[in-house]
Amino acid sequence: MAMSAAPPADPFPRSVWPKVAGVLLAVYVVYACAQMEISWERVEIGLHNAAHFFSRLFPPNFSRWELLVKGLLESLQIAVLASALGIVLALPIGLAAARNLMPAWVTWPARVVIVMARSFHPVIVAILFVKAVGFGALAGILALTVASIGFIGKLFTEAIEEISDKQVEAVRATGAPFASVLWFGVLPQVFSRFIGFATYQLDSNLRNSTMVGIVGAGGVGGTLFAAFQRFDYDYVCAILISIIALIMLGELLASAVRAIFIDNATLPDFFRRGSTRGIETAVADD
Amino acid sequence: MAHALAASSPPQAWHRFTPGQRLARFVVYLAIVTAIVVSAQSVEVIPEFLADAPEQMADLFARMWPVDWAHYQGSVHSALLETIHIASLGTLLALVLALPVGVLAAHNLVPFTPLNLFAKLILVSSRSVNSLVWALLFVGIFGPGALAGTLAIAFRSIGFVGKLFGEALEEAQPGPIEALTAAGAPWMSRMTFGYWPQVRPAFWSIALFRWDINVRESAVLGLVGAGGIGMALDAALNLFQWNRVALILVSIVVIVIVAEVVVTQVRKRVI
Repeated sequence: MAMSAAPPADPFPRSVWPKVAGVLLAVYVVYACAQMEISWERVEIGLHNAAHFFSRLFPPNFSRWELLVKGLLESLQIAVLASALGIVLALPIGLAAARNLMPAWVTWPARVVIVMARSFHPVIVAILFVKAVGFGALAGILALTVASIGFIGKLFTEAIEEISDKQVEAVRATGAPFASVLWFGVLPQVFSRFIGFATYQLDSNLRNSTMVGIVGAGGVGGTLFAAFQRFDYDYVCAILISIIALIMLGELLASAVRAIFIDNATLPDFFRRGSTRGIETAVADD
Repeated sequence: MAHALAASSPPQAWHRFTPGQRLARFVVYLAIVTAIVVSAQSVEVIPEFLADAPEQMADLFARMWPVDWAHYQGSVHSALLETIHIASLGTLLALVLALPVGVLAAHNLVPFTPLNLFAKLILVSSRSVNSLVWALLFVGIFGPGALAGTLAIAFRSIGFVGKLFGEALEEAQPGPIEALTAAGAPWMSRMTFGYWPQVRPAFWSIALFRWDINVRESAVLGLVGAGGIGMALDAALNLFQWNRVALILVSIVVIVIVAEVVVTQVRKRVI
């Protein structure tokens, strides 16, 4: 009786905090827009320009395709070399930073290196390398190598720290030296994740290698920025289309590598299942 | 008899992978090695520049020291605030724009494949254009300034947020939604009481994660004229004021670390 008399508890209790947060957010938006002098008039003027801008963007002008191909190839070279160099350097650093395998006096310096490599955007690192080694692809390669060390190092460390100790102990119990412990106890546990980050990094380096040219570090970015500054918008459009095509190709390749190493696919599988799955997995990574 | 035969015959070799799988792996290894060798041979690197690098690096750091701390009050502080505003407003705008696209991309919410593919196309195109390229485009349309930067951040983030949000929606448990449908709940109620409570933690953590990335990215947008600390950096670089460059780099590191700490703390307390 008493039970039924009690009012039923609200199954969807409403807290006052979301409303407060919403009001605060709205106030912030108004304040930030005022600070940055963003107003509806500016947006309206811009939208007016947009039609003009897009009409100059199309049709894309591929007449200077030789310069374009040269830039794209250089971007590709930068991405490949930076990924290779970055991965080779990141593996020992990532291993040194793993707390479950290494003593503290080794992990701390390695962690500092990884944090420093991660703290700047690749384009900013590229500025510093342009000063150090001059304009050209080398600066881009070094900048993206630093970025790769930061990213792969961090993820590799985390992957190693999450492995199961049992296999490592079993290999150690046989009296295996440290190298064998790594090779048979640690590596098999992290290999598939490592393939994941390595393909991701190649993808990310490919995206960034098309951008480091903006600060003079080689690749198609320099051509893009120069065309943009000369208001050569139809050429800009051609460059953008090519960059997007290159990046999508890179994604497809990366997803093929993941399929082969992680899902144990064979070459005929790609033709059997059709390309839709490849595209799906390519979309799965940002 | 059979046992004896088996024992006498040479032991069968066991392989972890089938020949097809091994061939596929070999092709990948070969492709990687070829790509590295071809790139290393054809890339234009001037060896003298590489040999000179340590000296140039030392020179760079010598020029950066002492850091021009006095300049902070001048223009770096306001540029830094502008960077944070660009990142935050861009993230908010991206959340608003990505919600409907994420819903359209989720097959269990919109069981109409052409629409799903259309939403995915939007998401992929947003993500395959770098935020610097988005910034270039918006600078072309709206002129230099923070508005272009905000829109660049927003348009780059739509793909990221929309894709992860759509996936979170697709992973939602069908139980509560079926219960609501059985009770005759309209579409909006199914969304707010069925899906939203399930995807809310994912949504906020995606938003925080993207904000953190956006703080880093908005720091470079100024290099193409889209506002924020990057414009101060560009100005200092063009004038070879390396002391100021050092100050700006230090402030970027500080702001990135602060953003990371804020995100970790908020995630720990709220989500």
